[in-house]
Amino acid sequence: MKWGVVRFPGSLDDDDALYALREVLGQDARMLWHKEETLGGVHCIVLPGGFSYGDYLRSGAIARFSPIMRSIAKFADDGGLVLGICNGFQILCEAHLLPGALTRNRSLAFICEQVTIRVENARTPLTRATRAGEVLRIPIKHGEGCYVAPESELRAMEERGQVLFRYVAPDGGLSEAANPNGSMRAIAGVANERFNVFGLMPHPEHAVEGELTGGADGLKLFHSLIEAAR
Amino acid sequence: MQVRVYVSPRQGILDPQGRAVENALKSLGFADASNVHIGRYITLEVKGDSRAAVEAEVARMCDQLLANPLIEDYRFEVEGG
Repeated sequence: MKWGVVRFPGSLDDDDALYALREVLGQDARMLWHKEETLGGVHCIVLPGGFSYGDYLRSGAIARFSPIMRSIAKFADDGGLVLGICNGFQILCEAHLLPGALTRNRSLAFICEQVTIRVENARTPLTRATRAGEVLRIPIKHGEGCYVAPESELRAMEERGQVLFRYVAPDGGLSEAANPNGSMRAIAGVANERFNVFGLMPHPEHAVEGELTGGADGLKLFHSLIEAAR
Repeated sequence: MQVRVYVSPRQGILDPQGRAVENALKSLGFADASNVHIGRYITLEVKGDSRAAVEAEVARMCDQLLANPLIEDYRFEVEGG
């Protein structure tokens, strides 16, 4: 399967995403510079974490206007798979390819820690190698990960199964304490209505080598996409 | 024309910065301060033939980039012209 990892000025986790895909998963992955206008026939685009354009104005607000984003919007419109991680999630929201927005963490602090998230919908290209209700251990590292959307939109998203992951305690239970950033309904990741564009704040590419990072649950999400593209 | 744009967190959206500053004001003894919100103030110059044309242009700028209507409200003032 061919993957493209987009590098914006200020991207940080592009190399980690490429490493996870190439070295750990044996995938054919290439870096795409944000000024490129073609995607090189890839099956899945990854928008990595970082601080594209210094996060000026709002996280993701400027990156959204990079030349490559027009091609990605068209790619998504044609049904191509797009995964936004952290800053990539913020960019997809700003580009209106995903619903909602990501705002400052409730605590105002930058949070870098291992969290547990629960799979809410396992019938999507990003989650098909998981089980509904399964708890995954994946790290977060962000200052603006508080997911917000209008209440009516949230209700519609829940009905359609677009809420993919929620922050939970290790036993899978919801609690205020387990919600690290104050996200509405503890949402950690979502999909678009067509289920081909995905965004999440936790970093699956940082959870691919258990002995190094305390878990390899991120692999399940990449395996899901690989299965889905078959 | 000179334009001043004020962007503020939308009513009902969590504003942790506003809350932190409100708590700081209270701890300084400003007990009467409440409802603190922190936004963004943007100044720019826009060329245009009429004030109405500039206002329409600035509204488009706000909707497309300067504010995120999901989480922020904006208002602006146009001077000159």
